[in-house]
Amino acid sequence: MNISVAIDSVPQDALPSASEAGPAPKRIVVAYGFWIFLLSDIVMFSALFASYAVLVHHTAGGPTGAQLFNQGTVAIETACLLVSSYTCGLMSLAINSRRYLRTYLGALITFALGAAFLTLEIREFASMIAIGATPERSAFLSAFFTLVGCHGLHVTLGLIWLAVMMLQVAVMGFDATVQRRLLCFSLFWHALDIVWVGLFTVVYLMGVSP
Amino acid sequence: MTEARYDRAPGDRPSREMQASAPSPLFVYTTGLFLALLLTATSFWAANTSLLWPGGVALGLAVLAIAQMGVHLVFFLHITTGPESTNNVLALAFGVLIVFVVVAGSMWIMADMNQNMLMPSPAPMSMQMQH
Repeated sequence: MNISVAIDSVPQDALPSASEAGPAPKRIVVAYGFWIFLLSDIVMFSALFASYAVLVHHTAGGPTGAQLFNQGTVAIETACLLVSSYTCGLMSLAINSRRYLRTYLGALITFALGAAFLTLEIREFASMIAIGATPERSAFLSAFFTLVGCHGLHVTLGLIWLAVMMLQVAVMGFDATVQRRLLCFSLFWHALDIVWVGLFTVVYLMGVSP
Repeated sequence: MTEARYDRAPGDRPSREMQASAPSPLFVYTTGLFLALLLTATSFWAANTSLLWPGGVALGLAVLAIAQMGVHLVFFLHITTGPESTNNVLALAFGVLIVFVVVAGSMWIMADMNQNMLMPSPAPMSMQMQH
């Protein structure tokens, strides 16, 4: 009896601050943990960026970036990834309002654009390898394939993750667990786009401009 | 007690109840897309134009890339300076510090070593000649 009176007497307009509110909901804890993972992933990419920046001129007499890179392809790849980041955001809006059709549509466009990005990248790699610019050719090419290939691997994993998540939405509906996983996926996808911004600037644009 | 104020998860938008003036989420994403497209197009133009001083292009590209990363963080990941996302911003600041140390430190050290390898200091050579 006394306890309920005590709770009622707490002024409702004075909300406790974040540190006094008790344990945070699981959604916030999960997303924060995933945010830490993403930042550590970006730190790993920074090591690859550093090795690329150190080795970029060590071509061992082989082809340089200016001879190999095609800016038209890179522009299309960039547009694909940027728009897929946008549709991923629209998908997370549809998830918040629990609309199945819009969620599937957003996921489908995101997946298609991600797959288009990956196809263009694989074709670029294949055409480079066809003219002898393999990772074994020079330190520059080793660093290039490691950096860009690592990003491409992340995109591949993201596409698999997205397909699995859509299966989970179909089977389990908008369960709280599924919603948390989808939140993590959209964070992952946006972070990949941020890495790509650094990548196309450092590798493709700075490598081609004199 | 259900409306107790919690930290915000990265990726969460400010709820309408918390911030009456918060713009619609669709508008936020669309603004972000247009800003990012604008910055990307400027980057590609700056890399290919002959109108700009070539020495400054690399610096300009770096500035444009950092600006675009900022746009992505604010409009897509919804990282704000509000008190609810202090933890997210602090983690991000630590990440940026490590990225800066790794990249700038590696480039600095390796450039220094390259210089020493290419141009051995003449002092030991002349001393050997005298003997």
